[in-house]
Amino acid sequence: MALEIQKERYRSKVGEVVLGATKEQGGTRSHTVTVGGESALPFLHFEGEMPHRPVIALEISDMAPGWHPCFDEYYADVFENTAAWAKKCVDEYGADLVQIRLQSADPDLKDRSPEECAATVKEVLEAVGVPLIVVGCGKAEKDNLLYPAVAEAAAGENLLLGVAEVENYKAITSACMAHQHNVIALSPIDINICKQLNILIAEMSMVMNSRIIIDPCMSALGYGIEYTYSIMERARLGALQGDRMLSMPMIGNVGYEVWRTKEANTPVEENPGWGERAERAVLWEATTAMAFLQAGLDILVMRHPHAAALTRQNIDELMQDNSY
Amino acid sequence: MIIIGERINGMFQDIARAIRERDGSIIQEWARKQEQNGARYLDINVGPGSTEPVEAMKWLVEETQKASELPLCLDSTNYDAIEAGLKICKRPAMINSVPAEAAKMERVFTMAAQYGSEVICLAMSEEGIPKDSESRVALAMELVATGDALGVPIENLYIDPLVLPCNVAQDHGPEVLETLRQVKLISDPPPKTVVGLSNASQGTRDRELVNRVFAVMAMANGLDAAIADANDDELMAAVATARILLNIDIYCDSYVDVFKQA
Repeated sequence: MALEIQKERYRSKVGEVVLGATKEQGGTRSHTVTVGGESALPFLHFEGEMPHRPVIALEISDMAPGWHPCFDEYYADVFENTAAWAKKCVDEYGADLVQIRLQSADPDLKDRSPEECAATVKEVLEAVGVPLIVVGCGKAEKDNLLYPAVAEAAAGENLLLGVAEVENYKAITSACMAHQHNVIALSPIDINICKQLNILIAEMSMVMNSRIIIDPCMSALGYGIEYTYSIMERARLGALQGDRMLSMPMIGNVGYEVWRTKEANTPVEENPGWGERAERAVLWEATTAMAFLQAGLDILVMRHPHAAALTRQNIDELMQDNSY
Repeated sequence: MIIIGERINGMFQDIARAIRERDGSIIQEWARKQEQNGARYLDINVGPGSTEPVEAMKWLVEETQKASELPLCLDSTNYDAIEAGLKICKRPAMINSVPAEAAKMERVFTMAAQYGSEVICLAMSEEGIPKDSESRVALAMELVATGDALGVPIENLYIDPLVLPCNVAQDHGPEVLETLRQVKLISDPPPKTVVGLSNASQGTRDRELVNRVFAVMAMANGLDAAIADANDDELMAAVATARILLNIDIYCDSYVDVFKQA
């Protein structure tokens, strides 16, 4: 008797979210990017569909960010020019999306105004054709002023705006509702809060249900990666089993998390056994990214072009059909 | 655990009157109310003493389907009425019910195979309802074997171990819970299980309390479905809570609302 290999069949799937808007749709993007829609666990093409491959966003800042020197050979000429930096990410390094962190708005850094930040977003919109992710400076009071300004300035472009949290989701959600953008729902590595935040956002408007991207707050390899990984697994299984409040695509700040670690920053002189810093850091970012691909990450926000290229290659291979 | 809303039953005065006067608005309102509070199927029963059960069943099915897309559970001992209802159901329905009696099983399972219906199977025979769980399980096995032989998928069979009122048949309670457990071992895949929840509190004081405690106890023993009052908020909250405690749904602070809307 022939061996019959069991295949799981799930009764539901992850929702799809469309980022960006073309001219016909009221924006100025050259194309849109759709994420989500999975009806099986990551890359198990023999059990269901993965209609959209995971995408890579390259992260930029609206001011010179003071990153690790190994980025200089890639971005030194554009650190001070946000629009040019975005263009380089797309034209030279093949980014599917660009994520702008409005760092300069931080009151402890440059304390730029919402209007100035919105103007920067507009410049980037003019420089590239890919959909944009726009994230605040991380200081809630200031960010709540940024969201309406950016949302209005980019009305029609169908941005992905971040972030909403349980303690502070109303301002950003209202801005997204008013100007039709998508929202990043951030929870602190806690699946219960993740679910509750999605409910709170959907309570403000049912329309937002299909405009949420979950950020489960990932950590870098070596810093509790398995913690977020297990939450993403539970959320993805919940989605496939019919839990509508967890059926959203997921995003992770791979670059931000990895480039804070000592593994990415320690010079080889301090720890010769670790090898050359630049290569080590790139591999740390790439491996972290690839691990999270297996947990279902749909949007990977990365920093190093080479790490992004390695990850893209991994995605190409994993997206090959393995159904039987 | 899915809730089959019990309210559209001619034993309730307003439903009986609606059927007599062919007033569809009351039926539609109850269909909507039960669905909004978390019912996933709607039980339809023309009531005792109906003079034209076939016509009344057809009318109830039509009116309910105007207000709800939920699958229906056709509740009658008159199999002609059930068949008349099945013919006009927009989606596969549940037949409520058939006991372990040869001629009835033949009629009902054949109908179920033809219409793709689920079937509630009562663990009773011509001799009545047995006491101990072994006898109930034996009847369940007969029902499963017959249903399977007549072409009904086993996952479409819902064994009802038959809940009796806890004041007069108190010794049946533990037997029913044991039966719910044992029924899952009958076959692979196993049949599903269902109870008529309100039977547990027939004639008792504080019926809602008895019903919701029994619901939770039965869920812990693997109960798949219950015919119950979908508008009893405390019952729905208890069921939602039991689903969290049994690790069926992922917890969030609004889990009761999520359960009702799912």
